[in-house]
Amino acid sequence: MRLSLLALLAKEPAHGYELKQALEQIFGSAYPSPNIGQIYVTLGRLEKDGLVRGVDVEQSNRPNKKVYYCTAAGREALDEWAESPSEGPRVRDEFFMKLVLAPMTGIADRMALINRQRRHYLAIMRDLVEVAEQTDQDNRAAHLLIEGAMLHLQADLDWLERCQEELA
Amino acid sequence: MSLANEPGTTSAAVQAVNLVKVYQTGGLPVHAVRGVDLRVDRGEFVAIMGPSGSGKSTLVHMLGGLDSRTSGEIWVDGKRADTLNESGWAILRRQKIGFVFQFFNLVANMTVADNVELPALLGGSSPRHARERREYLLGELGLVDKADASPAQLSGGEQQRVALARALANQPQVLLADEPTGNLDSRNTKDVLRLLGQVHRQGQTIVMVTHDARVAGLADRVVTLLDGMIVDDGAIAPPRRRTKPGAGDVVELRG
Repeated sequence: MRLSLLALLAKEPAHGYELKQALEQIFGSAYPSPNIGQIYVTLGRLEKDGLVRGVDVEQSNRPNKKVYYCTAAGREALDEWAESPSEGPRVRDEFFMKLVLAPMTGIADRMALINRQRRHYLAIMRDLVEVAEQTDQDNRAAHLLIEGAMLHLQADLDWLERCQEELA
Repeated sequence: MSLANEPGTTSAAVQAVNLVKVYQTGGLPVHAVRGVDLRVDRGEFVAIMGPSGSGKSTLVHMLGGLDSRTSGEIWVDGKRADTLNESGWAILRRQKIGFVFQFFNLVANMTVADNVELPALLGGSSPRHARERREYLLGELGLVDKADASPAQLSGGEQQRVALARALANQPQVLLADEPTGNLDSRNTKDVLRLLGQVHRQGQTIVMVTHDARVAGLADRVVTLLDGMIVDDGAIAPPRRRTKPGAGDVVELRG
């Protein structure tokens, strides 16, 4: 969230609550909305690192509010963000950790873990098929999001199959 | 085995009992299917998954009588089928089984329309009914303008869709399919998915080998094979009820 907030502040100075509203408005209900506390904590850290500067603005009859600006250092951090590729393949897959570690402790059997996970993925897929059917055909972004989720699920299922061949 | 699972006592669409296939080609025997028990009820859509070499194709080929069993029983529509000879199986398939292969096996010197109508006519449909059914199926698969073409004039994806239409032509008791979307791009797969969903809702029983998660996502139940044995067999949870669908749901699902 650090860099999303920084990007919004590079567009225009804002206070915490405005940032929360902007995120919700831009990404819609698809985006898991951050709580205001998380936003203030993040802004505090950004300020400590010199990427933003907070200025108290007096308000009549209300406590001061703090408006944040993006600094030159913040601008540089954003350039770096834009120029670097986003995160690649997951190597911290929670299910895989469970799959490898749980049998060592005797609390679960690999075959059962894999089978349960497969059914879970297929239930999600079934859900996505239904969402896709109900989503307006002209909403390209929503369909691309669904298609992306389906392709990820296909890869997850293929990987599960490999795990079953090799480990179970 | 409980009485409900006793073959022939109730009307499973298709059932395998301790089904075994051992290939003996040259040297060591290959145990492709090792004692599979599978009962598919009428109207069920069962996806068969598992790594390549796990026995999926061999299993559905045996269920359709296209590959002989080594031991065990096969029941189709309450009747013992594994004891049939070649021509007995041919009649049974004509009347009760539709089959879609990974490779299409269309009749080369017949038009697309005739390829699709043939099984319905052989199964005893009137010419008018066969034609209507063909028009519906080709329409759903976006192939209306290919009706008069010969299979050789079609792309791989088009031939595969024709093969699906043919398999569904006589509304078989059970549709057996082996990777029916293997040659399709994502747009054609959408047409196939829509048709499969539609015929399933109309009560079509489907047993389908697939790696495609979108196809498996249509099924009621998934059976997983590993080394010729069933290692998982269970229902896929029905979709959550939702009031307002949208992209937001997708992201929540990824959790």
